[in-house]
Amino acid sequence: MAEKEGSGFYADPMGQFEIYNFFGAGAVEWSSFTNSSLMMLIVVGVSTLLLTLGASGRALVPSKLQSMTELTYEFIRRMVSDTAGDEGLKYFPYIFTVFIFILFSNLLGLIPYSFTVTSHLAVTATLALAVFFTVTITGFMKHGVHFLSFFVPHGAPKPLLVLLVPIEVISYFVRPISHSVRLGAAMLAGHAVMKVFAYFVAPLGVGGVLPLGMMVGIYGLELLVAVVQAYIFTILTCIYLNDALHMH
Amino acid sequence: MTGDIAAMGQYIGAGLACLAMAGAGIGIGHVAGNFLNGAMRNPAAAREQQGNFFVGMAFAEALGIFGLVVALLLLFAV
Repeated sequence: MAEKEGSGFYADPMGQFEIYNFFGAGAVEWSSFTNSSLMMLIVVGVSTLLLTLGASGRALVPSKLQSMTELTYEFIRRMVSDTAGDEGLKYFPYIFTVFIFILFSNLLGLIPYSFTVTSHLAVTATLALAVFFTVTITGFMKHGVHFLSFFVPHGAPKPLLVLLVPIEVISYFVRPISHSVRLGAAMLAGHAVMKVFAYFVAPLGVGGVLPLGMMVGIYGLELLVAVVQAYIFTILTCIYLNDALHMH
Repeated sequence: MTGDIAAMGQYIGAGLACLAMAGAGIGIGHVAGNFLNGAMRNPAAAREQQGNFFVGMAFAEALGIFGLVVALLLLFAV
């Protein structure tokens, strides 16, 4: 990797994910305001602005913005009540917030020269751990110690339980890992692939049209992936919530 | 060609970790193919099962992504 740096066309496809201090140089510490922090503020600002504007009209014949807001709201609400039942609707504000945050950071991260917050495991792991603790605490609050029987599969023969219970426990604790890595790595991989194709465009001259066309296609695919990943993160949250509320 | 044996092992290992993509590809193909199969037989029920379809996709995809994570860990963290 190192020897190609002089060629002029080469740059690191992972360079776009670099986190730096937004004000001045210096090492990034836990308290520093980074480009990631700025992007998160923008995401929160844009989503709040759009949704507030969309929800403030309340016209009988909705405008484009209002119907977009209402459709998103109803979509997530139906998802929560379908997956986690009416009891799950208590958690609807939280799930809707998570969905909107991930959706907007995925989509705004696709704008060239911006930054994808959700491509960092630190961010997605925080989101997934928040979900994990919410769900686990909910389960214990609703069922008490009885929630531990979640790890014992129904109807399994007794001797098999020695094998099945550890597997259930492990798969429960792997949840936040797969939950966060799925979102983070999908965003990371998509953006890295686009960057790799971008490096082929200039050196190929006229032939660069081919990778350019490829990039347009991949960009469309990434738009789809951005929405689908937000959807998947949210529906998995609902499924975990349903597990905690209703136990199997 | 310069470098040491450890770096070579890193790169070979990272390349091998990418084989996880083969499994993920097979899995996603199964999910999509079977969903389409079922949807063609009973188009009326297809819309309701779209959520399950995406969840199945996500589970199949996640394991391939774990391969990517292993590759990245080998390249940058070892």
